[in-house]
Amino acid sequence: MRNLMKNRQIETRIFIALAAICIFLSLATDTFLTLGNLTSLLNNSSVNLIWAVGLLVVLIAGGIDISFAVATSVVQYVAAKFLIGIGGGNWLLGFIACGMVGISLGLINAALIHGFRIISIVVTIATFNAFFGLLMFFTRGRSIYNLPDWWIDRIALFEHQSADGAWSQLMMPVAVMVVCVIATWVLIQRTNLGRQIYAFGDNPEGARRAGVNLALMQALAYGWMGLMAGIAALMQVNIVQEVVPNALYGRELDVLAAVVLGGARLGGGKGTVLGAVLGVMFVAVTQNGLNLLGISPFAFKMIIGAAILVAISTSNMNLGGLVATRKEGAK
Amino acid sequence: MTSGSDSDALRLKGITKIFGGVKALDAVDFDVRAGEVHCLAGENGCGKSTLIKVVTGVYRPESAEEISLFGQTLSAITPVQARAKGVSVIWQDLALFPNMSVAENIAFDTLVGARPRGVPFAKMHAAAAEALARLGVTLDLHAPLETLPIAQRQVVAIARALMNDARLIFMDEPTASLTQSETDRLLDIVRKLSADGVAVVFVSHRLAEVLDISSRVTVLRDGKLVGVYPTEGMTQAKLGELMTGHLLESTVSARAATGPVVFEAKGLSVPGQFENIDLTIRAGEVVGLTGLIGAGRTELAHAMIGMTRAQGTMTLLGKPYRPASLRDAIARGLAYVSEDRLSLGLLQKQSIADNAAISVLHKLLDRFGLIAPAKKDALIRDWVKRLGIKIGAPENPIATLSGGNQQKVVLAKWLATEPKLLILDSPTVGVDVGARAGIFRIVRELADQGLAILLISDEASEVLYNSDRILHMAGGQIRHSYDPRQTTIQALEAAIYA
Repeated sequence: MRNLMKNRQIETRIFIALAAICIFLSLATDTFLTLGNLTSLLNNSSVNLIWAVGLLVVLIAGGIDISFAVATSVVQYVAAKFLIGIGGGNWLLGFIACGMVGISLGLINAALIHGFRIISIVVTIATFNAFFGLLMFFTRGRSIYNLPDWWIDRIALFEHQSADGAWSQLMMPVAVMVVCVIATWVLIQRTNLGRQIYAFGDNPEGARRAGVNLALMQALAYGWMGLMAGIAALMQVNIVQEVVPNALYGRELDVLAAVVLGGARLGGGKGTVLGAVLGVMFVAVTQNGLNLLGISPFAFKMIIGAAILVAISTSNMNLGGLVATRKEGAK
Repeated sequence: MTSGSDSDALRLKGITKIFGGVKALDAVDFDVRAGEVHCLAGENGCGKSTLIKVVTGVYRPESAEEISLFGQTLSAITPVQARAKGVSVIWQDLALFPNMSVAENIAFDTLVGARPRGVPFAKMHAAAAEALARLGVTLDLHAPLETLPIAQRQVVAIARALMNDARLIFMDEPTASLTQSETDRLLDIVRKLSADGVAVVFVSHRLAEVLDISSRVTVLRDGKLVGVYPTEGMTQAKLGELMTGHLLESTVSARAATGPVVFEAKGLSVPGQFENIDLTIRAGEVVGLTGLIGAGRTELAHAMIGMTRAQGTMTLLGKPYRPASLRDAIARGLAYVSEDRLSLGLLQKQSIADNAAISVLHKLLDRFGLIAPAKKDALIRDWVKRLGIKIGAPENPIATLSGGNQQKVVLAKWLATEPKLLILDSPTVGVDVGARAGIFRIVRELADQGLAILLISDEASEVLYNSDRILHMAGGQIRHSYDPRQTTIQALEAAIYA
């Protein structure tokens, strides 16, 4: 446990912060610690979490992706057109279509970054604009509402009606999110490919000299991000029951902020699935808490900004070190 | 070829490598016996790195009479062949992964490949532990590499080479950033490798080390082979002469200092770093400060330049001196050339001119308060000439210069502030033997012009030959003062390593 705290300091820290907020909100409101609120928190966070683990892989590989949220919108539109075109389809076809379109968009980023040796932030700002521009051009901003029934039917994994008649439900996207989170963990922690991605982000020249296939690493990182974007596309439609081309525009920075808060480093080689999940949940709980407390939503952005600054500026402070200095001071 | 082809790890004959019309290697022969520690010596730019890159397959030579690895004759070496044959290079930057664990760093090559598979953590840890055991070292296998000191990272890099069944390891200046005791431990490991049958080719600027560790030394100069010599009976002076092509005078240059006292410290202490230091430096005097790393030498310098607050009194040119900051110290006439030149002393990506001018920007302003290019040019030209710095153009990035010339640019930067007291902290780390002589010539000239100089070095020979008075520091205290004219290198080294 001490080892865990030593090697996972950022995760430990954000976990403590998250726990503190949860305890505070449980005491300050009588609505936070209810089954209904907690399940809706999870339902509402599932798309962000799916994106977050995808983005985490890109960050570990030393890259960044600004385009994944609009890419998700592109996936939704293309997949919806395709599925409606073939007469409706089903979940399996939906996963295949969304996954393939998502991976393709990710590979476009990877190819541009690796092929032309352009830094990832420039490439993905460009593709962010290109994807969004093309999407708005072809859709003329029109939404799609007549989606296949299987896609927009809500599936509850768990239902509970409390004494006062309020329903708590855990929806299917939560289960898909859990699968994505576990799959990403297995990929980056337990496979040789994932460890090579870490090494590539940590020391690209060292990885190159060790014989790591750098093109493959880029393809894997952005391809995985694309796959996650594709799955997020499918789930987001299931939740909102419509395809609105500009609905996800701007969500990328929130997710990026949450993942960075969770300890992923812009620059590569660092970051864990646990940290990314905690980062997203920290942001989600904060926002939820502010709503419940009736505080202006504008305060939310300010608080998240401050949290990132605090997290980054104290990230060199060593938790063990703080304890040790105190001991020394006491003696 | 009759003699011992079975026991040869590597045999190269007539290797020529040309870059843009310049012969980086000109018909060079090089051979390494199995299990031998062989040193590759020469000044920067002599072709050492090119030769290593030919052996590892990074470069393909223009012509070669013979290339053979472990008895097998090859037409050229490819990186894949080199690796398969057990040739491994430990580069100066180590090529490790700071955020990954020690075990993963050591066993990283088992992870490489495009075919997905699970990571056998238990097997990796066992293999990493075994490789470390071969070196007689124990490390926390789970610790992220970045938490280890440089010396231990070096051990990790060597263990990683062993994991690949290395039978011929090249080490490119492995001791450049190690302390003396860390160096000794590394040399022990090298001996262990050699006893294990692994041939080691050692590249180092520290000649004492070269003679200590290796059985033979191959000397290159300007891309040509000077010769292969047994190290038995070889002296540092002789080796230096072979490397540079001219006699390097190593004579005691000490004189009695008669100038007025520039700097004086009485009872200077920083708790936990050093205590009760008395120090006097006169104009025109070079005071050598030696001792092991960790003795408090650099810490003393930091207190003198205001980077840490010390108890006790200091006077500068007869006036009380209590620097509140480095800026304060510079304004009062101190200059400090730091130990870690590459990361602290220079802005590597900026031009030579900008690096040299950065400490005196306020003197280069025109009447509008903007930098006057003419003044800057004049300053650069002046210092390039005075210090004999070899540069292409002042606009080139500083990284294009050799270690010795970079060090001279650092000196120019500080001398431009017109200091009264110059502190040089390990000024020859990573500087080759010819350029070292050049730097010490400049140090002596500066002293002759009346500058007070504190020369910090952990090489006894440097302070012996280049200072007027030697102070030996250990455990945060000045233990003894020596007159270079009345002591010997042996006596000094005995005191330092006692």
